[in-house]
Amino acid sequence: MKKTAIQSGSPFRVTGEMTGVLLLALFIVVVLPLGLDTFRLNMVGKYLTYAFVALGLVLCWGSAGILSLGQGIFFGLGGYCMAMFLKLEASSPEATKIQSTPGIPDFMDWNQLTALPWFWEPFHSLTFSVVAVVAVPALLAFVVGLAMFKRRVGGVYFAIITQAFAAILTILIVGQQGYTGGINGITDLRTLKGWDIRTDEAKLVLYFVNAALLIGCILLCLYVRHSKLGRILVALRDKEDRVRFSGYDVANFKIFVFCFAAALSAVGGAMFTLQVGFMSPSFVGIVPSIEMVIYCAVGGRLSLLGAVYGTLLVNWAKTLLSESFPELWLFAMGALFIGVVMVFPNGLAGLYQQHLAPHLKRALSRGRPGVAAPAATIIPPHTAAD
Amino acid sequence: MFEGYSLAELGSIFAMQGFAGLILFSVFVLMALGLAIIFGQMGVINMAHGEFMILGAYVTYLCSTLVSQHAPALFPFYFFVAMALAFVASGLLGMLVEWGMIRFLYKRPLDTLLATWGLSLILQQIFRSVFGAREVGVVLPDWLMGSVAVTDSIEVPINGLFVMALTIAITVVIYVVMFRSRWGQGVRAVMQNRTMAGAVGINTEKVDRYTFGLGCGIAGVAGSAFTMVGSTGPTSGQLYIVDTFLVVVFGGAQSLIGTIASAFTISQAQSTMEFFLSGSTAKVLTLLTVVAILMLRPQGLFVLKVRR
Repeated sequence: MKKTAIQSGSPFRVTGEMTGVLLLALFIVVVLPLGLDTFRLNMVGKYLTYAFVALGLVLCWGSAGILSLGQGIFFGLGGYCMAMFLKLEASSPEATKIQSTPGIPDFMDWNQLTALPWFWEPFHSLTFSVVAVVAVPALLAFVVGLAMFKRRVGGVYFAIITQAFAAILTILIVGQQGYTGGINGITDLRTLKGWDIRTDEAKLVLYFVNAALLIGCILLCLYVRHSKLGRILVALRDKEDRVRFSGYDVANFKIFVFCFAAALSAVGGAMFTLQVGFMSPSFVGIVPSIEMVIYCAVGGRLSLLGAVYGTLLVNWAKTLLSESFPELWLFAMGALFIGVVMVFPNGLAGLYQQHLAPHLKRALSRGRPGVAAPAATIIPPHTAAD
Repeated sequence: MFEGYSLAELGSIFAMQGFAGLILFSVFVLMALGLAIIFGQMGVINMAHGEFMILGAYVTYLCSTLVSQHAPALFPFYFFVAMALAFVASGLLGMLVEWGMIRFLYKRPLDTLLATWGLSLILQQIFRSVFGAREVGVVLPDWLMGSVAVTDSIEVPINGLFVMALTIAITVVIYVVMFRSRWGQGVRAVMQNRTMAGAVGINTEKVDRYTFGLGCGIAGVAGSAFTMVGSTGPTSGQLYIVDTFLVVVFGGAQSLIGTIASAFTISQAQSTMEFFLSGSTAKVLTLLTVVAILMLRPQGLFVLKVRR
C-alpha cells in the first residue's frame, strides 16, 4: 500500500498521515496500557490531556501563526467547569451534614458562604456542564479574539495580552477563595453520576475515553487542516495582506482558529479533572501556559502527531528528572526552549522528516529500483498538495 | 467604600497610598525603561528581563554582605558601588545573550519570546542554586532608614524618597543618552531603517549589542533599587514581567514618555485601590482596565509617528 502511495504522489501525504494516526492510536490504546501499571498509565492519561492543548496550538500557532500564551486559561476553564459539576455532586446535603451550611462545597463553608453562588447553580446539571466545558472557553476566546483581531492586533502584542489574561484569571481564582476554592483549587472530587471516578477500574475506563477523544480531535484537526479553511489559515500566516486583498475577512478566520484551539484545550482540561480528580489555578497561569507551548514546539509546531509525541516526551522527561534530579529540570526545560527555537525549529516532526523519512522511504522502496524515493521529490510541492 | 473616614483622613490616605504608589511607580519605570529600549526600540521580546533585574538585586545583596563584613567603614556608601556593579553585570550578561542568541532571532519575534523564556528559567535555577530558594534582603545604611513626617498623619519613608530620586536621575540620563547624544542618534537610526543606517557607516551589529546591553543594564539598576523596598528571591523577577510588558505596551511601545506616563497611571491606580479593596481585586481591576483600554487603542497611549 505504501509503495503505490509513493508512486501516485498526492495521496501519499494523506495515507501517510492516516498511517501515523493509526500508529499513534495503536501506541496509546494498545502498547501503553499493556506496558504500564495503573499508576503510570493514569499519569500518561494526564499527559495526554495536555496534548489537546498542543493540538490546538499546532493549528493556532503552527498553521495560522497566532501564538497564544494563554492556553492555560482555556484548559483551566474547561477543567473548572467539569470540577464544579463533580464538586456539587460530591457535596450533597447528606455528605456535608457536618458543615454549618450543608449542601454547599466545603471550601464555601470554610469561607462563611451560606448559599450557593448563582453561577454555580446550573452546574447541578451534567448536560449543562458538558456544554459549558466547551462553550465557556470558546466564548471567552471569541470575545478576546473579536476585540483583538478585528483591530488587527497580532504577533507579540497578542501574545502579551493573552498572557495578561492568564495572569488576571489566576489572580481572580486565587483571590475569590469562597467562590473558586482559591489556591488549592477544587479538590476531593468523588463521583460522576454516582460512578466512583477514583477506583483503578474507573481510571482505566477514563484513560480509554480520553484516548478516543484525543484521536477524534486529531482527526478533526486533520480535517480542518486539509479543508479550504486550513489553507487560508496557512496563507494568512505567510502573507496576511495578500489574503486580505483577495477579499477574505482575515479576522474571522483568526477568531475561528483561536476559538477552536480554546475548545480543544478545554476538552483536555475537563478530561484532566476527571482523571486526576482536582483542578487548581496552577494550571491556569502564565507559567503553565508557556509550558504548554513548549510541548507543541518540541513535537513540531506544524505537526499534529508530533505535538502529541512532544507532549508525552516532555512530560515524561519532566517526571523522570523531577523525581531524581529536581534542580536539573528547570535547566533542561530552559535548554529545551532555547534549543527548539535555535537548533530545530520544526521540532521532532522536522527532525523525522529531515533525517528519518528519506531513509524510511528508501528502505521501503529498496525492493523495486527505479521507482524509489525521487518520485516523491520530483513532484513540485504545490501539485502534490492538490 | 469611603464611609467611616473623615475628609482629612481620606486626604492622608490618598497621600500615603499615593506615595506608596510612587515607589511602585519608580520600580515600574526603572524596569519598563530597560524594556522600552529593548522592546520598543529593538522590537525584541525579552522575557528574561525580570531575571536581569534580579541579577542586579543579587549583586547589590552580595555587595552589602561583602562590604559589611570586610569594610564596615564604607558601608554607608556601598549602595552606589553596588548599583554601578549591578549595571555592569546585567549589561555584560545582556551583551553576551545578544551575541549568543538574540542576534539570530531578530526576524522571528515570537521565537525570541520563547528562547528568552527558556533563558529566564535557566537563570532562575542558577539563582536558586547559588543563593538558595529563600528570599534575601539587604541591610540598608542608617541614613536610608526611618521616615520624614510631613504632617501629623502623613509620613514618608526615606528609602522611598531615595528610590524616587534615583528613578528621576536615571530617566534623565537615559533621555540624554537616547535623544541627545550621537550614540543615541545612531541607535534610533538603526531601529528606524537598518539598511540605510548601515549604508551611512553605522555598525548596526555593534549598535544592537550595546543597545541590548544598555536595556539589560538598566534592568540591573532597577533590581538594585528594588532591594531597598522589597526582598529578593529567585522568582521575584517573574512576578513583574507581565506587568512591565503591559506598562510598555500601554504607554505605546516606541515612546519613553508614554512608558513613564503609563507606569504612573497603573501604579497609582493599583496602590490607591489596594487600600480600599483587597490586593488581588485591585490588581485584577487594574489589569482588566489596562487590557480593555489596549483593546480599544492597541497602539498604546502615546504614538510616535514613524513612516514604515
